[in-house]
Amino acid sequence: MSLSADGIYNFMGLKNYISDIYNGVKSLITGMKVTGHYITHPKEIVTQQYPENRDTLKMFERFRGEVVLIHDENNLHKCTGCSACELACPNGSIEIISGKEIDPETGKSTKIIDTFVYHLSMCTFCNLCILSCPTDAIKMAQGFEHSVFDRSKLTKVLNKPGSKIMPGVK
Amino acid sequence: MTEQELITNIETVPETQEYFINMGPQHPSTHGVLRLLLTLDGEIIKKVEPHLGYIHRSIEKMCEKDSYQQIVHLTDRMDYLSCHINNEAVCLCVENGLQLEIPERVKVIRTIISELTRLSSHQLWWGVMGMDLGAITTFLYGFRDRELITDIFEETCGARLTMNYNVPGGVMFDIHPNFQKRTKDFITYFRKKLPEYDELLTGNVIFTERTKDIGYLSKEDAISYGVTGPSGRASGFACDVRKRFPYSAYDRVEFKEIIYTEGDCFARYKARIDEMWESMKIIEQLIDNIPEGEHKAKTKAVIKLPEGEYYQRVETARGELGVYIVSDNKKSPYRVKFRSPGFSNLSALDTMARGNKIADLVATMSTLDLVIPDIDR
Ligand code: SF4
Ligand code: SF4
Repeated sequence: MSLSADGIYNFMGLKNYISDIYNGVKSLITGMKVTGHYITHPKEIVTQQYPENRDTLKMFERFRGEVVLIHDENNLHKCTGCSACELACPNGSIEIISGKEIDPETGKSTKIIDTFVYHLSMCTFCNLCILSCPTDAIKMAQGFEHSVFDRSKLTKVLNKPGSKIMPGVK
Repeated sequence: MTEQELITNIETVPETQEYFINMGPQHPSTHGVLRLLLTLDGEIIKKVEPHLGYIHRSIEKMCEKDSYQQIVHLTDRMDYLSCHINNEAVCLCVENGLQLEIPERVKVIRTIISELTRLSSHQLWWGVMGMDLGAITTFLYGFRDRELITDIFEETCGARLTMNYNVPGGVMFDIHPNFQKRTKDFITYFRKKLPEYDELLTGNVIFTERTKDIGYLSKEDAISYGVTGPSGRASGFACDVRKRFPYSAYDRVEFKEIIYTEGDCFARYKARIDEMWESMKIIEQLIDNIPEGEHKAKTKAVIKLPEGEYYQRVETARGELGVYIVSDNKKSPYRVKFRSPGFSNLSALDTMARGNKIADLVATMSTLDLVIPDIDR
């Protein structure tokens, strides 16, 4: 009796053993088939050839790459130096250094922006400064290649030399 | 030493003893700077002691000086793979405190993007899990499909990973005109591609051998350690916040809470794969029915929560995230505490790994889907 039970056991064991091998190999082949499919269908591969495709690569318009101050063709911007963006920034990436401008006609002095300092190295691209600006003077630009050899190059002055505030912007 | 002594010395078998080994902080399969102090007997794990703090940025402390709008972007940096859901948690908590009525449109947009986030997180997890177990190919497949979701995010939210798309009261911008089309295209595409995941990994004999009956976690342990998310549900713990305490638009969609009872690595793996199908179902139900309306409720420029305590829980890709805010009616909170899913899930690692081999620890860790910045905060 025990012998035959043993025999059945061995027989079952062998059967399981073989079916395990069969299923195992089958599962490996199934996986290889997927890989094989992509070898024979190179069109379905989606890799981008960066940086070779730099000329054609276009980022989405909302992509947040860096903060810029919008200047028009006459070198005019809309920043009043109100510091709302400086306050909204969670990590002090923006420093507004304001100056005084004396109106030659009336002799009144008004606060204007002297230097708009932007620390790109600290910016987390959270967009809060853009949302807080009452005059929409700043926006997010799409540039993303920010690596430089010297860290100090990441501290930028956003108002261009000689730029002025657009007349009529309060 | 005499010759005789030398011979007896050689002949006595030295007693085996336990020894320690450091896994991490720089170990590819800890996915970050997690250090595990392993107590081993040969190759058998006796004890796993996680040592934390290598990527601690004191986010909770920083919240105490930030305004409520600024807090949101910090949560991007906890569990960066479910950043949108983290943002949502803070926003919901603040909105609860303000008793703010949120437009229906916002609720639906948030839900769709949350589910896309969950999908992209699970895709990355799937790729990385394969890689941890030695199949580098899966990593590339996972990233191929995830790229389409990051494109959707990039177009609508403006960033690929740390999106910061939620603001208290709504979302930062309205959805991009292409959003619906892109999302629908993605769902059609991914419905075809997800079976490929099964072919590559789920049925694979090497993979199943390395995950079945490995890293067992019982339901009782899952509950007592607070293991939530797919990891908890694979042990039979019905803990899906989306079902139990619905928020945003989850009360109006139909989906199944994935529950497995095996509690091993393979069950946790299957739970996540099934969750991807459910996420796609949720998105499909909502994508054509985004109600018209505002994308943001009106809030004051300076938000002050009334004095009191506020708590909000959400289901991230890893489990239950809780946001606890104590306010003293100032413009920054008095205290903020995040109950992060990664931290609680990690605490069960010791129980799961004991008695297994070192190589099994890697599989166990992968199926827990740990994100270290989420643990350390
Ligand atoms: S994007 Fe955010 S971090 Fe960067 S400057 Fe603006 S507010 Fe500061
Ligand atoms: S950029 Fe806008 S918010 Fe910042 S100082 Fe200028 S006007 Fe004010």
